[in-house]
Amino acid sequence: MIKLERRSAPSLAGMILIPLTAIFLALITGAIFLYINGLTSPKGITWGQVFAVYFGMLEGAVGSSYGLSETIVKAIPLMLCGLGVSIAFRMQLWNIGAEGQFHMGAFGAAWVALNFSHLPAYVMLPLMVLAGIICGGIWGLLPGIPRAYLGVNETITTLMLNYVAILWVNYLVFGPWKDPQGMNFPLSKPFEPSAILPTLGNSRVHFGLVFALVIAVFLWFALRQSRWGYEVTVIGESSRAASYAGMNITKNILMVMFLSGAMAGLAGMAEVSAIAQRMQQGISPGYGYTAIIVAWLGKLNPFAILFVSFLLGALQVGGYSVQSSGVPAAIVFMIQGALLFFILGGEIFNRYKIVYRGKTKMEV
Amino acid sequence: MSQELLITILATAITAGTPILYAALGEVMTERSGILNLGVEGMMLVGAVSGFAFAIKTNDPWLGVLAAMLGGGAMALIHAFLTVTLQANQVVSGLALTIFGTGLSGFIGKSYIGIPVVNSFKPVTLGFLSDIPFLGPIFFHHDYLVYVTYLLVPTLWFLIYRTRPGLNLRAVGENPASADSLGVSVYRIRYIYVIMGGMLAGIGGAYLSLAYAPTWLENMTAGRGWIAVALVIFATWNPLRAMFGSYIFGGIDALGFRAQAMGVMIPSFFLKMLPYFFTIFVLIMVTRKAMANRVGSPGALGLPYDREER
Repeated sequence: MIKLERRSAPSLAGMILIPLTAIFLALITGAIFLYINGLTSPKGITWGQVFAVYFGMLEGAVGSSYGLSETIVKAIPLMLCGLGVSIAFRMQLWNIGAEGQFHMGAFGAAWVALNFSHLPAYVMLPLMVLAGIICGGIWGLLPGIPRAYLGVNETITTLMLNYVAILWVNYLVFGPWKDPQGMNFPLSKPFEPSAILPTLGNSRVHFGLVFALVIAVFLWFALRQSRWGYEVTVIGESSRAASYAGMNITKNILMVMFLSGAMAGLAGMAEVSAIAQRMQQGISPGYGYTAIIVAWLGKLNPFAILFVSFLLGALQVGGYSVQSSGVPAAIVFMIQGALLFFILGGEIFNRYKIVYRGKTKMEV
Repeated sequence: MSQELLITILATAITAGTPILYAALGEVMTERSGILNLGVEGMMLVGAVSGFAFAIKTNDPWLGVLAAMLGGGAMALIHAFLTVTLQANQVVSGLALTIFGTGLSGFIGKSYIGIPVVNSFKPVTLGFLSDIPFLGPIFFHHDYLVYVTYLLVPTLWFLIYRTRPGLNLRAVGENPASADSLGVSVYRIRYIYVIMGGMLAGIGGAYLSLAYAPTWLENMTAGRGWIAVALVIFATWNPLRAMFGSYIFGGIDALGFRAQAMGVMIPSFFLKMLPYFFTIFVLIMVTRKAMANRVGSPGALGLPYDREER
């Protein structure tokens, strides 16, 4: 007979094996869908071709220095958004509005870049960073206020604001910000060189990577050493215990929601400044949503989040690289969702031990 | 405002509200059993694409609806397995379901982009009912899927509040441990209603792709699944109030759509923001009222049930 027994602490083997198994199973799931999808084509498909697709993805993502730098470029916004989302998750605040906060951060930075184009880079870039942080932060704070004072469900309000932010950006690039020389595409004027975040070396990898690394280190220390980190952890585990201990939960909710949004806003600033170099429609292919997976897979640990961002960045670049061979890019989202399912399902092995027992006699 | 315009807006409110209504009814049943499913958006998208694909392949929109129910139900089954059997975090599992559903629907739907459906649901009149002045054109000039909701809403209401299975359902959502001790199978009931919720969300998606805007577009639900989740709170887990709420949302959608015809010179982007702002506004109002009147969610909503820990 199989029986589940509760573990007192998760085993080390489980913490390593579960994510690896989950990644493996998610890729298998993707392969099965690729195979079924291929069957409808006139020639059908062989398993060899399915693996060729995966090999193509791997090759595209990390097989060349260009692929590798693209992977890091995709990982940067995931890192920043993932770090932002993770501090909210730590307090059991389900901020799933990183997508909107990212867009608002990009908006703030672009507003500075387009309206003060004469500024030199050393003034311009800090101002853009500030604007990105403030706009993203406010977009996180907005749903934080009704949550902190009235207990209004933040999952839904943060998500609703995603749609509002995207529509706002679309309004600008289709309307007042539209570049007259843009051939009628939904794009703003290109930024001046002074508004473009420097890259590292000869690659497209930009300064945003430094932001992400610094924030990760800072967060790691803040969560471990500071009183603030202690309060966030305690409130996340039990808000009742925290309020008995005299912690100000309202203030902490507001602060965490602002910071969470600010990091996503910074990601938006870096993306619009270094990669798009102008405001445009569809500035994010769902970074804010992928950040949720990043934060959860990284177990809310800042360094693990950096690593997971790299993995999911590679998956995205790989997905794009095989699009030309007729594989829908949506497979990336599918594999990501499946990955989260398997991680969630696998967690039962962290909480329980599976015990096999022979047919024991019923004693007593 | 002329009477014709008023009638048009109210009638459009119903068609625009119907996909949200199906999804909201599904979520009402799911949450009544104590399981929170935030994957409605994903289930709707899978319903929309599978309904569309099957309607094209079979040339029968009803088979499309059936496929949408199976698609939404299968998605919900994943959620049920993770949250009921494995007791995983319900919020994260629901988010995963939405992300997975977005990807899966985009993956399946890629070859269907831009294809018009030949045989979609079209408005049909219902004899003398449709001839009633004012009410007839508003309520009875719709397609069959709208008429189904007129029967479904009172049926679900009756099921929840007036029958034995409904009593068991409410008991499981309110206090699973005592329901269990009375011999009600908590796990089975949760599975049944989570899957039923997914099937209804699937029909909601199929309504979009087969009746409301008969075509397939990536992410065509545009947040309606989330609005449905918010609506359940507004509806205080009651199907009748869910119907009322869905039509209000449908009306706001319709107003945004018609505003320019009415001479309102606001860019369409702002009008499209209205349902999202309204959702936030409604949530704030409802939460305030719920705090004052102590109207709460099902007692065990969001909490996994572990038989060995009761």
